[in-house]
Amino acid sequence: MKYTIAVLVENKPGVLARVASLFRRRGFNIESLTVGTTEREDLSRMTIVVNGDEKVLEQVTKQLNKLIEVIKVSDVTMNSVERELCLIRVNSPPEKRGEIIELTNIFRGRIVDVAKDSFIIEITGDEDKINAFIDLMRIYGIKEVARTGKVAMVRGGRNSEK
Amino acid sequence: MRAADAFVRALEKEGVEVVFGIPGGAILEIYDALYDSNIKHITTRHEQGATHAADGYARASGKVGVAFATSGPGATNTVTGIANAYMDSSPIVVFTGQVARSLIGNDAFQEADITGITMPITKHNYLVTDPKKLLRIVKEAFHIASTGRPGPVLVDIPKDVSQADIEFDYPSKIELMGYKPKYEGHPMQIKKAAELIMKSERPIILAGGGVKIANANKELTELAETIPAFVVTTLMGKGSISEYHPLCLGFVGMHGSKYANYALSESDLIIAVGCRFSDRTIGNTALFAPDAKIIHIDIDPAEIGKNVRVDVPIVGDAKRILSQLIKVIQYKQRKEWEEKVREWREKFPLKYSKQGFKPQYVIEKACEFFPDAIITTEVGQNQMWAAQFFKVKHPRQFISSGGLGTMGFGFPAAMGAKVACPDREVIDIAGDGSFLMNIQELATCVHYEIPVKVFILNNGYLGMVRQWQQLFYKERYSATCIGCEKVSFEKIANGFGALGITVEKASEVESALRIVKENKDVPVVVDFRVDFQANVFPMVPPGKGLKDIIEGE
Ligand SMILES: Cc1ncc(C[n+]2csc(CCOP(=O)(O)OP(=O)(O)O)c2C)c(N)n1
Ligand SMILES: [Mg+2]
Repeated sequence: MKYTIAVLVENKPGVLARVASLFRRRGFNIESLTVGTTEREDLSRMTIVVNGDEKVLEQVTKQLNKLIEVIKVSDVTMNSVERELCLIRVNSPPEKRGEIIELTNIFRGRIVDVAKDSFIIEITGDEDKINAFIDLMRIYGIKEVARTGKVAMVRGGRNSEK
Repeated sequence: MRAADAFVRALEKEGVEVVFGIPGGAILEIYDALYDSNIKHITTRHEQGATHAADGYARASGKVGVAFATSGPGATNTVTGIANAYMDSSPIVVFTGQVARSLIGNDAFQEADITGITMPITKHNYLVTDPKKLLRIVKEAFHIASTGRPGPVLVDIPKDVSQADIEFDYPSKIELMGYKPKYEGHPMQIKKAAELIMKSERPIILAGGGVKIANANKELTELAETIPAFVVTTLMGKGSISEYHPLCLGFVGMHGSKYANYALSESDLIIAVGCRFSDRTIGNTALFAPDAKIIHIDIDPAEIGKNVRVDVPIVGDAKRILSQLIKVIQYKQRKEWEEKVREWREKFPLKYSKQGFKPQYVIEKACEFFPDAIITTEVGQNQMWAAQFFKVKHPRQFISSGGLGTMGFGFPAAMGAKVACPDREVIDIAGDGSFLMNIQELATCVHYEIPVKVFILNNGYLGMVRQWQQLFYKERYSATCIGCEKVSFEKIANGFGALGITVEKASEVESALRIVKENKDVPVVVDFRVDFQANVFPMVPPGKGLKDIIEGE
């Protein structure tokens, strides 16, 4: 099973290395990891998708909590908004352009670059939506894919950290 | 004020009395500042020795041990000592010099990324990039090392940082956003634990190294007497309760006694205190204590449920939790269980062949002659015999490398323990192989007049490995003969300026120990040339359950 955890950390050099080192050493499997700033300048937030069972999740959480610079670890797998951004460079021969534009619109994506025989398409959404779109694009020939990895936030009025 | 001077003053404020280390280019500034301080510095002969000595000092005294090393090779030499302290939760702070900030990352002379290297083996570490943060970091380092579950902290100080000019503004208190150890046990959990205890017919206490760290020996003994429950300990937990106490069954696990292992396996309730259920203690997890419910008291929440399933976890400080637990339970006799354990105890005592010159005999005699001595051990058969046959009375009396199993730990650790407790006799129970790994510290002991005693159980082999080859590798003795019967440790000791004694047979043991006793104030090395075939029994074969423990000659 895949778990999404939000990790609030001090915004200091080396924190990412510590977290990555912990995952490697304990043999936890990272599916994706994103880091970014938060509403507070001194804090960063990591969103980590980890593969494993409940026991793995428990150990990951506890071991992360032991790191001095980790302030809060929350499981946001359930009941949260999850988003990922993806850029796709896809072949676009003139006769297929219309089709591709239409599909992009259906997925609420955007064409952000147009070259002689290819597009760059930007698409945002949860993992399933992005996977579905990438699948659709395969028939035209995908040249390149770049995904950001997931960020997530618990629904409702309260902060994930609380 | 020069940062180096402010730094040394900060150490004084932390109550540091002694530092173990070796100077070098990148840490010269700090050594220069140390010259004006009352802090005693012991120049070891290897940085590994310095870290083990700081560790031994910490374990014997309960205070934080401090080690210094220069950048590059000095720093990398501390790695084993740091890993060792990490595995056994020992509070040490290691300060390393680093090349100047402008050179970091350039592969400068004697540059090593020691914070990168030690990341997975420290509780926390720092590279000081701003001189203004130096003192705060020192404060944090001591705080982190000594609180919660203790452990090693490394602080890497670039040379130009120690040369900078700063204010001496030492924080008296600190708050760390992400570090708030929990000390109070949850009352609900304590209540649940009490209920389990009252229901139990075959309770047993499993005491780990956390008991002495929490200074909870008195409470643990009281708990055992109140229930009443027998106590088994892990290797690290030896001394959690006096081993002369009738309820103490000694240490369990791979080389624990048969009766201790049986009692733990057959119990219906394990009250585990400050232990981590390591594979050496519990054998095959799947076969471990099938009927037992488990109460696990530990300050580190990550230990709970890591290796075994737990019924009632209680996170917090063992001393506080035990004293609360004692208040809510009542004495209840469990005759049948007591009888059963007594029977096992009588039927399967620890024993060894009395023929020839047996290493176990040396330990028994050492225990008889020096019952209150602080014992450190090396690693291997020597360590297990020491654990089996030296009965300790006091909490911080037995010091051994349990988690990492570091050959070469015992001797420098003994040195550190002796510095911490100059009035106690300190004995390193050593193997020939292990002693050779940090033998250079004999020079330190002689130079600073640190009169530790080393009892080498010289079997001419990497004995524990030889034992495994004999039992599990068809007696193919690959690379384990080290021929130390040809080495004169007596002469080596003399060469360093210490007293050396060679003991060839069992009948000479007592007179040798008498000589040791008479030479209280000098370092002494005794070379006991014991039978090389002696093996450590009983033994739980690897992968087996505790009840599959086998006996041998
Ligand atoms: C630094 C280190 N290297 C290797 C080992 C593997 N090892 C475990 S016990 C042992 C033999 C120790 O020999 P000795 O000190 O003579 O003790 P004995 O078992 O003979 O009492 C070895 C090599 C270790 N524990 N530590
Ligand atoms: Mg040996």
